[in-house]
Amino acid sequence: MNADVFKLLLDGTVITLRMFATTIIFSIPLGLLVAVLRMSRIWIFSLPARLYILILRGTPLMLQIMFLFYGPALIENFGFSWNGNRMLAANVALILNYAAYFAEIFRGGIEGIPMGQREAGKVLGLSRTQTFFIVVLPQVVKRVIPPMGNEIINLVKDTSLIQVLGIFELMNTARVQASAKVSVLPYLVAGGIYLAINAVLTFVLSITEKKLDYYR
Amino acid sequence: METVLSVRNLKKSFGSLEVLRDISFDLGRGEVISVLGPSGGGKSTLLRCLTQLETIDDGVVTLDGDVLFKDGRYASKADLSRITLKIGLVFQNFNLFPHLSVIENLTVAPMKVKKTPKAEAQERARALLDRVGLAEKADCYPYQLSGGQQQRVAIARALALDPEVLFFDEPTSALDPELTGEVLRVIRSLADRRMTMIIVTHEMGFARSVSDRVIFMENGVIVETSAPEEMFTNPKNPRTRDFIMNAMEK
Ligand SMILES: Nc1ncnc2c1ncn2[C@@H]1O[C@H](COP(=O)(O)OP(=O)(O)OP(=O)(O)O)[C@@H](O)[C@H]1O
Ligand SMILES: [Mg+2]
Repeated sequence: MNADVFKLLLDGTVITLRMFATTIIFSIPLGLLVAVLRMSRIWIFSLPARLYILILRGTPLMLQIMFLFYGPALIENFGFSWNGNRMLAANVALILNYAAYFAEIFRGGIEGIPMGQREAGKVLGLSRTQTFFIVVLPQVVKRVIPPMGNEIINLVKDTSLIQVLGIFELMNTARVQASAKVSVLPYLVAGGIYLAINAVLTFVLSITEKKLDYYR
Repeated sequence: METVLSVRNLKKSFGSLEVLRDISFDLGRGEVISVLGPSGGGKSTLLRCLTQLETIDDGVVTLDGDVLFKDGRYASKADLSRITLKIGLVFQNFNLFPHLSVIENLTVAPMKVKKTPKAEAQERARALLDRVGLAEKADCYPYQLSGGQQQRVAIARALALDPEVLFFDEPTSALDPELTGEVLRVIRSLADRRMTMIIVTHEMGFARSVSDRVIFMENGVIVETSAPEEMFTNPKNPRTRDFIMNAMEK
């Protein structure tokens, strides 16, 4: 495999990593917001959050990516267009999709904290906000790390779906180069890169878990 | 005796289930009242209403001159948070914060609520841990302690806010029998220091020896209030008699 193929695969890796990082950064706070709305006792908040989670988890991510990018152009007089910005559309689709999964993880984490913890906070005079940030949230973080880890590793692989918009991230680059050069090597290199990224993430996640091991 | 807590005609229902029908009693400063009664009688609900964990439906509750609830309404938010700090509650299952060390469990509320400086809060926390016999456990985490030790920490945590009255809801029910003694000893030492307390308990011998008065509660009403000797040797009400006899046999 020559140097220019390798260079192209690295360029693809940069796009993959950028997609991954921006999705994590934006989908976690959005997921927390959706989780809080989903748990609201006021249906105007909880019902849209439920629908959001149902739709985003219930349809293929690839469909969501295509719908988001091509949809506006297919609807007459829609008044919005991506102006050909495929990267942005793909990024938004990933963020919206992962926020739905994170929301359910956070909800499980928050609801899993025993009621007595909040009651102890209240009896000690802590406000609701203080109780959430001092008592509940730190315990939620510990509980959600393992399921979050699964999703984070899935996300690295799911970034490959944005190739349906013709974006040359790592997977698409490997596919095109493999057929252009009639070589299996681009696939192997791409696989190795995905694996390396996830090995690093797995390591970081296990360190984080260990750090939170000081209590049970 | 000066009245610290006054409860008049307190009522509480969950849906159509009347759990507290018409509860009235006074608690004097330095007084210890034990509350006995069969399961489901409303003992926990009473303590939870007085600590604002459940909303009161009707009645008048006054604490240390401050009205907590009257005419179907609670005091203002500012008054309520002041009143909250005057009442401590020790739960059956401790409810310590597992992610905080023992000393942090004791300092978090004084620092965040009373704005006590950290050094001062820690000094006071260490003194309280010493009092419950756990000075050397300050830097442990709750999971590293036995149930009895955890409950003693929970008592110290409640004391850290310097409450006027302290409530206990079956403080030893979640403990192995061999661990109840250490917790009861701590509660007794508080009684010796004239801490004002209400103790919901199934420990008859303890209730008899530590209390100034004993309340027997059933189906949401106070059936009988007596001095401990009277309650345990010569209860007036036949329902009380049955309950005490049954409990003694066990
Ligand atoms: N949050 C709630 N919602 C509905 N019913 C409740 C609730 N809390 C308590 N109850 C009911 O109120 C009644 C009184 O309960 P409570 O816990 O006060 O009794 P208790 O005297 O403390 O009993 P125990 O000795 O078993 O602790 C019970 O019938 C219980 O089922
Ligand atoms: Mg109870």
